[in-house]
This record gives sequence, C-alpha cells and structure tokens, in this order.
Amino acid sequence: MNIDKQTYKKYVKKRAPRSPLLKDMLLAFLVGGAICAFAEGIYNLYLLLKIEEETVRTLVPVTIVFLASLATGLGFFDSLAKHAGAGTLVPITGFSNAVISPALDDKSEGLVMGVGAKMFTIAGPVIVYGVISSVIYGVIYWLLGVMA
Amino acid sequence: MLKNPPTVAGYASVVGKREHEGPLREYFDLHDSTEKFGMDTWEKAESEMQRLSLNLALAKARLCGQELGAIFAGDLMNQCIGSSYAAECAHRPFFGLYGACSTFAEGSVLASLLLDSGAFSRCAVLASSHFCTAQRQFRYPLEYGCQRTPTSQRTATAAGALILASEGNGPYIREVLPGTIVDMGITDINNMGAAMAPAAYDTLTKYFGETGKKPEDFDLILTGDLGREGHGIICDFMKSAGYDMADVYNDCGLMLYDVDGQDMHSGGSGCGCSAATVAGYIMKRFEKKELCNVLYIATGALMSPASLQQGRSIPGIAHLVRISAERGE
Repeated sequence: MNIDKQTYKKYVKKRAPRSPLLKDMLLAFLVGGAICAFAEGIYNLYLLLKIEEETVRTLVPVTIVFLASLATGLGFFDSLAKHAGAGTLVPITGFSNAVISPALDDKSEGLVMGVGAKMFTIAGPVIVYGVISSVIYGVIYWLLGVMA
Repeated sequence: MLKNPPTVAGYASVVGKREHEGPLREYFDLHDSTEKFGMDTWEKAESEMQRLSLNLALAKARLCGQELGAIFAGDLMNQCIGSSYAAECAHRPFFGLYGACSTFAEGSVLASLLLDSGAFSRCAVLASSHFCTAQRQFRYPLEYGCQRTPTSQRTATAAGALILASEGNGPYIREVLPGTIVDMGITDINNMGAAMAPAAYDTLTKYFGETGKKPEDFDLILTGDLGREGHGIICDFMKSAGYDMADVYNDCGLMLYDVDGQDMHSGGSGCGCSAATVAGYIMKRFEKKELCNVLYIATGALMSPASLQQGRSIPGIAHLVRISAERGE
C-alpha cells in the first residue's frame, strides 16, 4: 500500500461503523436501573420479613450475585448483556458473571488448575485494585481524621 | 505457476449450528447443532471436526489414509492441538501449520508445490476453527456478558479438507503465491479485517502485476475472512490501484452467514471460515461447472493474546491459490 501507517489508521478509523451509543446508553440505563430497582424491592421484602437491617445489607448483594450466577449458568446472562452492556456490567451482576463464566469454561482443565486457577482471570484485577484503592482511601480518611 | 498442476481429488466440509443456519447450508457435508460432535470438551470437538472432514474427503476420493503422502493441517488453538489429534489416527507424515485464518491456503500452497515437484503424489490439506475454542483462546469466556463492536467478527465453527493429487480430473490448483507479512499498525483485535486487508492487497497486486491478469479474468475472487470492513478496504484500495473488483469479489466471512439476519457484526472469521467455504461451496460449484476460474486468497492475523496485551500491532498475511477447471490455458 502506498500510504503510511498513520494515514491508514486514520482511514480505518474513519470508515469503521461506530457502536450505536445512544441506543446502548439507553438500554444500559433501563436494564441497570431495573436491576437496582429489583434489588431495592428485595431489600424492602427482607425488611418486611423482619430481618435486621444490618443483615439485609449483606443479604441483598448475596441474592443478586446468586441470581446473576444462576443466569450465567443457565446461559442467558450473556444474551441479556449483549444488549444491556454497562447495565448488567456495572451492578454487582457483572462481577458475579465475570467470576462464574470462566469457572464454567475452565472446568475441562480440572477443579484445581481449571476452575480454581482461572476463576479470577477477569475479576482478579478488580479485586486487586479494589483492595489497593480501599487501603489508599482508608489511609487518606485516617490522615484527615488525625489532622482534624 | 505450477508445471504439473495438482488436482482436487476429494473435499469435505463440517460445520456447526450457526454456519448450518447460514445461506451456504446445502453445500456442507455434515453439521452438529450441539457443536460438540459427540465429545466432552470444545477442543476435542474441533479435532473431531477435522478428523471427520479428512475421512469424508478420503471417502469421496475413494482413497484410504495410507495412500496419503502427507497431511498439512492447522487450527487456532495453542500448539495446533486440534490438527495433531485429528491427524493422529491417520498415521501419515504430518505437518502442523499456523497461519491463523490463512492456514487452509497456506497448506494448499505447500501441498501443491510438493505435488508439483513430485515429492508426493497425494496430500491432504485440513484446517478448522471452533467458536468456543477461539473464544477461550483469544477473547472472553463463553458465558461472559459483554458487548461487541460493529467491526468485530465471529470465529466460525467449521472445518474443511481437500485431498490434492498429482493425477485426476480437476479442478486444478494452477498457480500459488505465498504471501509476505504486512503490518500497517492496526492494534484493534475487534477490527481484524482492517489488520489483514493490507496483506491481501499486497498479494493481489503482486499477483496481477506478475501475471498481467485482471480481475475480470476470474469468475470469482475470494478472500478468506476479511469481513465487511476488510472487504470494503480491499475494494477501495484495489480500485485506486486500477483494479475494479466490485463485480467478481466476495469474502468467505460474508458468504458463510446472513451477516445482518444472524447478527454477525462484520462477518465470520477463523481458519474454518474459508476452509469450509472452499471445501464446500466452491468445490461443489466447480463440480456443477458453475465456476471455472477462482482466485482464493486466505488472510491471517498473526497476533497472540500476549502480543496484544503488550500493545503490539497485528501482522497480516495472505496466501493466494488459483483454482481452475482447466489443466492448461
């Protein structure tokens, strides 16, 4: 080709169709919102069942994680996520799916080196940097407290 | 140009569910809607697809495995295990190839050259890909929920086999042109058509330049798996080089699926995409005498998950094979 790499890259970028951002954002808003509203409903349901509020706060994420795992296992989480995008990714459902889907895939390599080792290939970085940033946040919080 | 053009003595194609739902369904020999082909892992399923296509092609050529001089085979899995396990039971000399999605043409080029030289009198060329093994190898787990960009392609669950022989009634492999690696700096794994199109352009212009032939000399010019993006890029660049291919040019990645109806984004990809299209659709159309002169250029994107994570660009390659119903001009 008689053009340089930069010109080619620009040409490729220009001709490539864009993702339908407005549609994607709208679907993400609706599905993500629906998941959160559903979780809120469960929260209130647990409270109605006279469970302590402190326990309910743990119980709600556990329920949502369980449901997302179940949907992943039954094979319809990815079909929903294909349309919902960030709507299923950002709530805790995305995290659940990211752990369960490699576990399902890698069971052919055994329970230790397959499921055990590869379960966190996607979620691993989230956990590592999540923990690190919470430590940094904690230190800043503590310092602010000391200074005050 | 081959002095003793080898002939296609047998061919077979095996595909998965989505490929069998596509427009070429009637041209494939076998399919399995579970895509497992009776196996318990996806990797074994892909090997089984290759083994089935080899045996079917041998049966159609009325040959037994022992009559093969060598097997040239490849796939997309680490260390080409799909091909090794598939060829294991044939007990014949084996060459494992990795040319990414260009493997079927790469094998055809090598087998044709060795048949032409007289080193062998019969060879098998095999290639396969499986959506599920490729997802595990290059992308995300199967059930992982994510959105794909419009330029991304789907790895075809498909395998193809050709039995090439020095004697026979055609169609013939008349010319081969091995490709060189071309890297135009594309780093987007979700736009492989753009990464591979420069290699196809390079091989095509070299071929037209060396032979003096023109696109209109062919019934069909067929690229392997450039998809919608690569197809458009090739049309643009070939036109600016003075070759208008719009009327005779198509891409296996666009033919294998109903791209919009089956929600395939930019089309199909993978070794099996062009292997099954050539060893199914193209060969059957040669048999019906609907095609006479075809240029087949399979393109490959030669990256690995590690090279992508290191931010390196995707090198492309394109091997060319001319298939003709006639042995001489």
